[in-house]
Amino acid sequence: MIRTAITAMLLASAAPALAEIHSIEPGEGAQERLQEALILAEPGDEIVLAAGRYELTDGLSLDVDGVTVRGAGMDGTVLDFTTQAGAGEGLLVTSDNVTLRDFAMENPKGDGIKSKGADNIVYYRIRVTWTRGPHPENGAYAIYPVESTGVLVDGVKVTGASDAGIYVGQSDRITVRNSIAEANVAGIEIENSRNALVEHNIATRNTGGILVFDLPDLPVMGGGNVIVANNLVVANDTPNFAPPGNIVAGVRRGTGIMVMANEDVLIENNILSGNPTAPVMVIAYVQPYDDERYNPLPRGVVVGENTFDGGGYDPQLEGGEMLKAAFGGELPPVMWDGLGSLYVTGEAPGWSLNLTEQGKGLGAAQPAPLAAPAPDAEFDRAGIGAPAELEARLTR
Amino acid sequence: MKLGTASLLAASLLLAGTVIARATPPPEQYVNDAAITEGGLPRLLSAYGFFADAAAQEPVPHVYSYRLNTPLYSDGAEKLRFIYRPAGSQIVASGEGLLDLPVGSALIKTFAFGEGEGRRLIETRVLLHRADGWLALPYLWNDEQTDARLAVAGARIDLTTPRGEDISYRVPNKNQCKECHGLDGEVVPIGPKARNLSGDWLEQMVAAGHIDRMPEGADRLPVWEHRGKASLGDAARAYLDVNCAHCHRPGATASNSGLDLRWEQDDPRALGIMKRPTAAGRGAGDLLFDVVPGDPDASILLHRMIVNEPGVAMPELGKATVDKEGVEAVRKWIADMEPR
Repeated sequence: MIRTAITAMLLASAAPALAEIHSIEPGEGAQERLQEALILAEPGDEIVLAAGRYELTDGLSLDVDGVTVRGAGMDGTVLDFTTQAGAGEGLLVTSDNVTLRDFAMENPKGDGIKSKGADNIVYYRIRVTWTRGPHPENGAYAIYPVESTGVLVDGVKVTGASDAGIYVGQSDRITVRNSIAEANVAGIEIENSRNALVEHNIATRNTGGILVFDLPDLPVMGGGNVIVANNLVVANDTPNFAPPGNIVAGVRRGTGIMVMANEDVLIENNILSGNPTAPVMVIAYVQPYDDERYNPLPRGVVVGENTFDGGGYDPQLEGGEMLKAAFGGELPPVMWDGLGSLYVTGEAPGWSLNLTEQGKGLGAAQPAPLAAPAPDAEFDRAGIGAPAELEARLTR
Repeated sequence: MKLGTASLLAASLLLAGTVIARATPPPEQYVNDAAITEGGLPRLLSAYGFFADAAAQEPVPHVYSYRLNTPLYSDGAEKLRFIYRPAGSQIVASGEGLLDLPVGSALIKTFAFGEGEGRRLIETRVLLHRADGWLALPYLWNDEQTDARLAVAGARIDLTTPRGEDISYRVPNKNQCKECHGLDGEVVPIGPKARNLSGDWLEQMVAAGHIDRMPEGADRLPVWEHRGKASLGDAARAYLDVNCAHCHRPGATASNSGLDLRWEQDDPRALGIMKRPTAAGRGAGDLLFDVVPGDPDASILLHRMIVNEPGVAMPELGKATVDKEGVEAVRKWIADMEPR
């Protein structure tokens, strides 16, 4: 009795400084126990998910700042949403300074993990898998941070998303690295975002490997300051399985790295192989639009030194066979629509459609070998990537 | 020694007596203001003292029932709405929008299914206006219908809707409350906007001194049962405002979609007309635009109201069945638009 009292006093006095650990085990009532922990956690607390399979019927959500959710590894702790009956995603995070690490999520009905307005978030060694492989009724996004400043995605693995595996939208200060995106429509997509670093990832068996887009009619536009470097972009040859209304439904099977609209994007030191439409594609927004705030052109896109193993050997393009024949059996690896501004350093053979107007289709195309100048200045890398303090959280 | 025991016993009896006496409702009962304003999460709904007769949903004095002209669809649940403001304060009218409720106020909404003797209270959601902002909490009724207990993690309950559909009814968890009630990171009320409140009710509240003055722009949304008398546009836009716009507006949960379905929005693109989806995923089906004038079946907006599948169905929370009346209203509105 006395001992309990002393312990209680110690706990009470230490409470403000000591973060609490909430341990959750799989089994009966896991949905309620886990959700309750996510709600009652205090800033600084850690929610620890023991190894095992958690059968969950409803989406989870976290709205407390500074919480860490930690599993026993991306193959050890599995949140199974196969029988999910409600909510638009598996886990929704709406608070700042959250760390999600070392667990998996399978078959969510909508998106996997969505973090919205959640600044300084870390996704570390998370796996999101739709286990049946590519299918139009899989959820749209596996890892889905949006409207956030400070995003670090490191060591995740995403498979089967019917839109994008790793999708960062309308955000700023982003790093996506050391991750594997396999068999999604888009492997990794940076959309309407600024200051993003995409490096040391593997994008394979997607329809398109890595996409950098800027789209109209959204609250945040003007995407740019993006570096795509040191990625392995191979065998992105899965037929597009996105529902037709989505922007990625227009991505051609066999696209390696694609830039649409945006300003100041650097593509360098990537290895590109087996992307049969275009290893690198740089184009303007393809649809008509009437949003005055929007610039549909790619500006200041730089293709640096990359390793190309072949080019567009089986392009999913109108007149593809004729184009191939015209270019000697295979399209050169860099494809540009001729709109906006593109710079090339080093050895990067390419071709241009030489379009003169945005949003008018390919009717006026006059395909010819690419003649792009070298950039007139060093690419400005300042401020690109997630804030350094996010990295510090990985070692804890 | 024996005496000591006896007096201890007597003392404990006295204590017990006091407790019982406190639990017996006094003739005039009042709301427990401390439960609303002070920290912590009361475990039981009865702690607030909102009801003189909980099972009958009969409120104590100073708790007033109200209705909305056009209500949110909740699988046909009967919804009993109450508003409370603390003594010595006043609700401030602020145009057609939300009434400005002082700190210490509460909004209470009970969801019930079944009629007459068969009516069962399922859950009561409370919104408490504390000094540091609004707090939303869900309470789940017990089988005896005597009280409801806090269910921060929500619950699922099997029940049958008035249309005879067997559903797994979702009581939202505390975070899910914020998914609809969140605006610019804060929790805010949604329902009591002057434009969606009856003019008669507002006049009575003003006359009694509860609200400072008659708000301008009151009573604009059609009364849902009488929507046939309103224009197709007003009926549909009222429905979208009440059922969708708490998320689909700037600063709220679905802001990143760029779709803004508020009553006051008049930019056709923001309302979805010939707007391409942003992050709809498979929710878009085979369709290309949110609203295609003259062609409801080609409109994603309507598609997501008709398909009742998680990941596609809208709203994502708060309903398990398709709202046929809402579908009809929105269908007519889109069909009536000039094709382009």
